[in-house]
Amino acid sequence: MPVKCGLCEKKAILKRPKTGDALCKDCFFWAFEEEVHKTIIDANLFSPGEVVAIGASGGKDSTVLAYTLKTLNERYDYKLDLILLSVDEGITGYRDDSLETVKRNQQQYELPLKIISYKELYGWTMDDIVKQVGLKNNCTFCGVFRRQALDRGAMLLKVDKIVTGHNADDIAETVIMNILRGDIARLKRCTAITTGADGALPRCKPFKYTYEKEIVMYAYFKKLDYFSTECIYSPNAYRGHARTYIKDLEAIRPSSIIDIIHSGECMAVKKEVKLPVQGTCSRCGYISSQEVCKACVLLEGLNKGLPKLGIGKPHKVKKLEAQGKIFTDTKNPKFVENRDADKGSMANNAAALDF
Amino acid sequence: MELVVSLEFSGGAELLFDKVKNHEVSLPARANGPWTIKHLLVWIKDNLLKERPELFVQGDTVRPGILVLINDADWELMGELNYELKSKDRIVFISTLHGG
Ligand SMILES: [Zn+2]
Ligand SMILES: [Zn+2]
Repeated sequence: MPVKCGLCEKKAILKRPKTGDALCKDCFFWAFEEEVHKTIIDANLFSPGEVVAIGASGGKDSTVLAYTLKTLNERYDYKLDLILLSVDEGITGYRDDSLETVKRNQQQYELPLKIISYKELYGWTMDDIVKQVGLKNNCTFCGVFRRQALDRGAMLLKVDKIVTGHNADDIAETVIMNILRGDIARLKRCTAITTGADGALPRCKPFKYTYEKEIVMYAYFKKLDYFSTECIYSPNAYRGHARTYIKDLEAIRPSSIIDIIHSGECMAVKKEVKLPVQGTCSRCGYISSQEVCKACVLLEGLNKGLPKLGIGKPHKVKKLEAQGKIFTDTKNPKFVENRDADKGSMANNAAALDF
Repeated sequence: MELVVSLEFSGGAELLFDKVKNHEVSLPARANGPWTIKHLLVWIKDNLLKERPELFVQGDTVRPGILVLINDADWELMGELNYELKSKDRIVFISTLHGG
């Protein structure tokens, strides 16, 4: 016997994980969009006239985000200039297909698209990196490089903000990971809806309270075109465990996800506790709690034929530096080009490294 | 009587089925009682799954993070494992566990 929509007379198609409500297709679309709108308004995410880059991977989250923001921008006249920004890691057979998806999204949503490659930014594709470091450590590289790539790409485009498709499940997952790692500094930051304030390029997560289930259902019923695959290089095992745990919890009690985010938000650190100061990298100007940022260390390792540099202990880096074996040139040439392109904002860039 | 239903795997779930998204299947008559989703999952595991069954089933249900739709409605509204299959039903499995 079909269940009826809790808001109208039509047939329900979805049980909402957050509330348990049964909704029909149209009421679900409306509820989904209005909640994102409310999140945007409550957190005051945007101002009229801003240029906003949507980090677009061709996957479900960023595809639905692009569609939803485009819809809300028109419905509520946010007056935003939306741009799709994609990172090409240079993984044959992986990004090729997902970039095709982003290109179709560009047409479908009539949004401008900029693709920025690891090759342009770092001089290395992920395929090249894997040849050097093997399959065991490549996720370290990809993760570190990807975070910066979006920021660097956004700065080249001179946008005001970046939005990413991180959803409630992702954030709950990150809260759990930071608790397990005992990383109190990141734990404090990872539930923030906007990171990198104070003159830096802000990064926002309009889907902070949006469940992955609803994002996928929205894409399904709207027939949105997205791409899904496993990265052909090994997945992040640690995140994988946290993910499985979150999904198991959700199956038992769907509100767990929001509850975990809420716990993360409520976590406070005593005033006396010294948290690592977020300075900037002496080589590239990117935010870093170390003197040289992780990307610069990894890159130096690649360029000097020491691919394990930056994966091992930090004191090894210091030792090699003291011996004059690494960081002998003053600056990283690849990064300097970009910095010169936009001196002001690059020097102040302090986007957080929380994803 | 055989029961013909269509199955669809997407969102990355198809990777466990030789990348084939759509399957039209005939289920043999069951001696005792109707076909339910619970029986269907066992049948899928034994007859269609090509690799890593633990990424699709967990215990006697789907792995958490895989969404199930029965004739375009959330299976959570349809009785989940106890839903009784009818001829021409369309069951969709969407993975949310794959990269976005
Ligand atoms: Zn309705
Ligand atoms: Zn650096």
